[in-house]
Formats: sequence, structure tokens, C-alpha cells
Amino acid sequence: MSSDKIDADKLTGGLPSPLRRKLLLGMAALPAIGLLPRGALAQALPTDAVNTTKLAVTDSTVKVGILHSTTGTMAISETGSVQAEKLAIAQINEMGGVLGRKIEVIQEDGASDWPTFAEKARKLLVEDKVAAVFGCWTSASRKAVLPVFEQYNGMLYYPTFYEGLEQSKNVIYTGQEATQQILAGLDWVTKEKGAKTFFLIGSDYIWPRTSNKIARKHIEMHGQKVVGEEYFPLGHTQFNSVINKIKLTKPDVIYASVVGGSNVAFYKQLKAAGIDLNKQTLMTISVTEDEMLGIGGENIAGAYACMKYFQSLKNPNNEKFVAAFKKMWGGESVIGDVTQAGYLGPWLWKLTAEKAKSFDIDKIAAASAGIEFTGAPEGYVRVHENHHLWSKTRVGRARTDGQFDVVFETADLIEPNPFPKGYQ
Amino acid sequence: MTRTSQSRPRGRLFGRIDGDVAGILLLAALLIVVLPLGLDIFRLNMVGKYLTYAFVALGLVLCWGSAGILSLGQGIFFGIGGYCMAMFLKLEASSPEATKIQSTPGIPDFMDWNQLKALPWFWEPFHSLTFATVAVVAVPALLAFIVGLAMFKRRVGGVYFAIITQAFAAILTILIVGQQGYTGGINGITDLRTLKGWDIRTDEAKLVLYFVNAALLIGCILLCLYVRRSKLGRILVALRDKEDRVRFSGYDVANFKIFVFCFAAALSAVGGAMFTLQVGFMSPSFVGIVPSIEMVIYCAVGGRLSLLGAVYGTLLVNWAKTMLSESFPELWLFAMGALFIGVVMVFPNGLAGLYQQFIAPRLRRPVAGRADAAAGVDAGAPIIPPHTAAD
Repeated sequence: MSSDKIDADKLTGGLPSPLRRKLLLGMAALPAIGLLPRGALAQALPTDAVNTTKLAVTDSTVKVGILHSTTGTMAISETGSVQAEKLAIAQINEMGGVLGRKIEVIQEDGASDWPTFAEKARKLLVEDKVAAVFGCWTSASRKAVLPVFEQYNGMLYYPTFYEGLEQSKNVIYTGQEATQQILAGLDWVTKEKGAKTFFLIGSDYIWPRTSNKIARKHIEMHGQKVVGEEYFPLGHTQFNSVINKIKLTKPDVIYASVVGGSNVAFYKQLKAAGIDLNKQTLMTISVTEDEMLGIGGENIAGAYACMKYFQSLKNPNNEKFVAAFKKMWGGESVIGDVTQAGYLGPWLWKLTAEKAKSFDIDKIAAASAGIEFTGAPEGYVRVHENHHLWSKTRVGRARTDGQFDVVFETADLIEPNPFPKGYQ
Repeated sequence: MTRTSQSRPRGRLFGRIDGDVAGILLLAALLIVVLPLGLDIFRLNMVGKYLTYAFVALGLVLCWGSAGILSLGQGIFFGIGGYCMAMFLKLEASSPEATKIQSTPGIPDFMDWNQLKALPWFWEPFHSLTFATVAVVAVPALLAFIVGLAMFKRRVGGVYFAIITQAFAAILTILIVGQQGYTGGINGITDLRTLKGWDIRTDEAKLVLYFVNAALLIGCILLCLYVRRSKLGRILVALRDKEDRVRFSGYDVANFKIFVFCFAAALSAVGGAMFTLQVGFMSPSFVGIVPSIEMVIYCAVGGRLSLLGAVYGTLLVNWAKTMLSESFPELWLFAMGALFIGVVMVFPNGLAGLYQQFIAPRLRRPVAGRADAAAGVDAGAPIIPPHTAAD
């Protein structure tokens, strides 16, 4: 896993010079630390010094929590994140752990139930005193645990692309916020397909509604037109009426943020209604490789998905990541956007702890801004002052085999902007 | 007490009163002394959360156990009670200073995200704690009254009533999720902070709320006991066992059913409000069909004829749920399923039935001359009636 180690030159490439010098000093020491026998680092960094707030840190171990749904309706989506987080932790332990301490995982089940998430978060922070928690998936679960993390001063690494409108000292958002995911994709489809009219369709909750609000503003700002906007309850399976509306309004682009099981019904019914996605442009921000398993590649082939990561990305980091993931979790497993973002969490935390030379939550929170991870499967990411990640946005075209062909990626990293001016 | 009109021997009467009171005292001692001394504040807060479901279970003992009306929609009332409290707390947490980063300061954050520019009219009265407290009980009771009036006056009962209540639970969930600008949608109303300036998130506040909750629960048990022992309570049992006979005796059966349904709704709502205070948020996941059925299961595990059994059943099921899910995050649902199947197969009368069958006779034997273990409508009655509305 040597290539996952921090590349000190690249790491500091974009930082202003005083900080850069400090970082370089710190980073230059790291390879030397790696050479020390196990335990020596722990002596170099005594537990009293790296842990002043009574977290579960000993001379040889540090405890972290994983808090996802392994049961209930969300289990199918969250399992990938759990697997990615465990893979990252296993790899970090193989390299000698964090600040010379092996990571021990305490896993809790949120059971697709928001109060259970809050209860388990409280348990992890109060009883187990974990140094970090990797977890949550839906916005509702994050909203339920957020006050707990703020009250007990914990650190949450949250992997899902989400609606934005939030920023907390106690959360690192490793997925994209809405503007990062949406704007570049809309610009691309406008340029590439000459799109003038859009039909927005989504599941009825905060993320699709906020995403479509941002999309609508952007569309109207560019003189284009939204010809329809429809929402359906979670789990809805009858899309025939909206498909008829789509046929009547003939939009240039169907813009879809339908989530979960509803996706299966939606794409099958689109196909049955004779809408050929090779001719009718459809852009989704909610279908990853994981959802493709349920939908079936033949039902969605030709559609475009806009997010930051696809399993088929070609770069050395990703090839290693995909191989390691399949080795650990089986050759049949697929990796979606959120799974990859889940993988970033433990790595970012490790890098932050090593920069801060401490597990203290306040120091981790303060040191997070500017952390760079060059070993990211998606390429390269950097933590913004607002605790979101700078990342590229990509457009993939669905294939019948359940994978995407990456047809576009932004030239530069896109700045995260959870409170976008002009889009609210 | 109307007991004097009973033909039972006096000694037996006093014995039974003592039994109930002793049971309640024992529960009170457990809740108010033993648990607070034995548990840290984190676990105690969890017990407090479980106890809020016990209010619902109490209501079900009266509604289902006594009167034979099975409601699969108690989550509706639990939820409405919780939402009424959450609306007050959310408004307090949304002062213009606290929400100055929003495009419209002074309204709850989720309204701002949904482009609302002003507080909706039905939120306005929830600035007042008095109004919110009254609404906690009054709104669910009123809704139960309307539903009860529509159902029971038309003699809709039994399994049809159960299905209709379930439909109401589904409808309310969809309504709350769909109207997210007004209700917070699927996220619910989150990030509640203070009650009249008192921070409900601190450990001290949690301790105080736990005791308030426990005391309210004991009060509600006493109230339920009073209802069951009154003439009204016995009419409820009578209409469960032979509704036609009660009707032919000149009683308007529907009115009694409406009363007990409203009463159970109000109890559930008190639980919901206490839930919001202790957990710090409210969401539609407590309103729907699944939580409503879970609440019936708490009651069934405890014994649907027993007030105290329902409380213990609620505690036991939730405790098991927490413990199993902490120890076996991937297997615990199977363990819970096995527990429920076991309860139904092995002791269909729940914990209270077990107590009545195996423990109570041993306790009674030493007390001179009281060999009869026949059961009435007391806090630990064992016999499932042959015909219940749910059959």
C-alpha cells in the first residue's frame, strides 16, 4: 500500500508558503516515523499528549465507531460504505495505524431508524468515547445525530452526496454537496446536447427538493426552461402518469433524483413506455453502480449520471482500490460514489490526526482544513475550511453491464459551497 | 369506590387492592430509586425513552385489553403529541438571533430551506408553552374523537377498525413527509435545544426529565387503574365480551368505545411529548404503521390485560432491542423475531400471564384461606377472553 502513503511534494503543492513550510517539516518526519518499530511511535507521542480529553486511546490502540444501517430498508445502500470504511481501516492498520496506534472498530447498527441513529451515536461518544465516527447515510439520520455530535463534541465523517445547507465543526462531509454535483453536470448537458428544456423529477424529501431548487435556479439563470417538476413519496412505484407528462412536454433533458427502490420501477416503466434513453437524454444524480444492480443495466443503459466517482475511473489509485475492495468483499461487489466517499473518511482522519499530532476532537476539527489525500480513488481531494471536500465532478454514461463510461470530468476541483448565494 | 356494590368477600377485595398498590409501589421504587442509582445518565436517558412508549402500552391495555378495540394506529397519537411539543421547542430554538444566517431569520430552518417566507398560521400559537401543552393532549383526543365517532357510531369494529387505524397511520405519515415545508418532512423536527431557556440537552436536564416522566407514568397508571375499577371499566369489559348484551341493557356502546379510544390517544400523546423532550427531536418514523405495530407488541409481550405488565413488557422489549443490536449489529433483528414468536407460542398472555400462572399462586398460598386464584379485572389478570374484537 506504499502508494497510499502521503506524497509530501504533491501534498503541499497548492498551499500558501508559511503553512507549506510547516507542513513540509511535519511531513518530512513521517517516513522516519514509519521506520520506527511498533510501539516506539507511541512512546514518541505519549498517550497523555495525543489525548487530553479522555478518548478511548491507549498506548497501542485507538477506538473508532462505524454507524450505518446494517438492517432495514437502508441496509442495501449503506453496506457498501461499511465495507469501504473497514477496508480503509484494515489498510491503515497494516501500515502501522494512526500515530502508532492500531484502530479498533466498534460497529453499531442504525437500523434505518433515525432515533436509533441518535441513540447509537450517543452510545459511541459517551460510553465508548470513540475518537471518530464514520457513518450515517440519509440526511434524516445525519440531522438526527448532528445535535449529539455537537453536544458531546464528537467527529463524524459523513460519506453521502447531500443537499448542503449545513456546516459543522463536528462533521467532515466526504461526499459532494448539491452545487458541486449539479452545476457542472447541467453546464455539460447544455453544451453537449444543446438542452433548452428540463423536466425535474425526484423522490419527496429534502435532498431531491433542494437539488432541484438549485438546478431550477441554474437552468433559469441561463435562459433555459423547466417544463415540469414532480415529486413522489419514497418507495413509490407508479410513474406512468409522470411518464405521460414527459411524453407530452418532450423535454430535452429528464433530470432525475429518484432514490432507492423507486428507481427500479421508474426506469423499467420508462423503457416500457417506449422512451429510449439513447435518444431521450436523461441525467440522474441518484443512480450509482449500487442502484444499477437493482435496476438492471439494460433498463438504464444510455442514461447519464453526474457525480464525483465511478468504479470504471482509470487511474492507479482507483485500480488498486477496486482490486483491494474485491479481494476483501468478493469479486461480485460493485463500488458506487458513496462507497468511495466512505473509503476517504478513515484516511482523511488519519492524515488529520498526524498533522495535528493529536486525537483531540478540537485539534482534529481545526487541523482538517487543507488536508490533502493523494491516494483517493477519485484522484485527489482536499478538505475545505467549511469541512467539505474540493473534488472533481464527472459525468458517466450507463452501460448494459451495470458500469459507467466516464464521458466528462471537470478540469479543476470544484469548490464546495454548502450555502450557495443566489441559489436559495 | 364503586367496589362496595360487589358481592365479593371483603377480605378478597382488600387483598386485591393491596396487590395492585404493592405492584405499583414496586414499579415506582424500581423507576425512581433503583434505576437512577444503578444506571449512568446515558442508560437512564434510554430507559426514559422506553418509558415514553409505556404510555402508549397503557392506553392499549385499556383500549385493547379491557374494551377489545385493537388499534394499530397508536403511533398517530404518539406522533401528534410529540409534534406539538416539538413545534414549541423548535420555535424557541429558531429565534431571529439563532437563525440569522437564513434568508428569512426567525422561522425554523427547514421552512427556510423550503422557501417559506413566513411562519404558517397554525404554527403561530405554538409560541405559547401553555397552548402547546394543552394541544399535546387535546389535538390527539379530538382526532380520536372524530375517528371514533365516525367508526363506532356506524358499528365498525374488530379487524375492520384495526385496518382503518392502520390506514390513518399511513395517511398521516405521507402527509407529514409530503408537506415538508410545514412539518420538516422525513427528517422531522430536529435540533431542539431549550424549554423556556432551560437547556434540555444537558445531563442534569435529562435526569430531571427522567423523573418527571417516571412520575407522570405512575400517575397515568393510577388513573388507568381508577378507570378500570370504576363502573365504566366494567362496562368496557362487558362490551368486549358480549357487546350485544350491553347494548340490549340500554347502554350506548359507541360512547364508551369513543371514550376509551380518546383516553388511550391522550395517554399516547403524553408519551410522545415526553419522548420529544428527552430525545430532542420528532420525526414521521414514529407515526407510521411499523412503530404503531411495535407498540402493540410491547403491550402483547407484557400482557394486554395488565397495566403493570405493559410497562414491564415495554421496558423488556426495548432493552432487549438495544442490547442485542449493540452486541450483534448484524443478527439482532433475527433475535428479536425469535423473541416475539416465542412470546406468542409459549406465553400468549405475556409476562403478566406468566406471573399470574407461576408466581402469584406461590405468593398467595401463605396468606390464610385465600386459595382462589380466580381473576377479575385487576392489574395482573390472566385470562384472555374467549371472544375479543380482534378475533
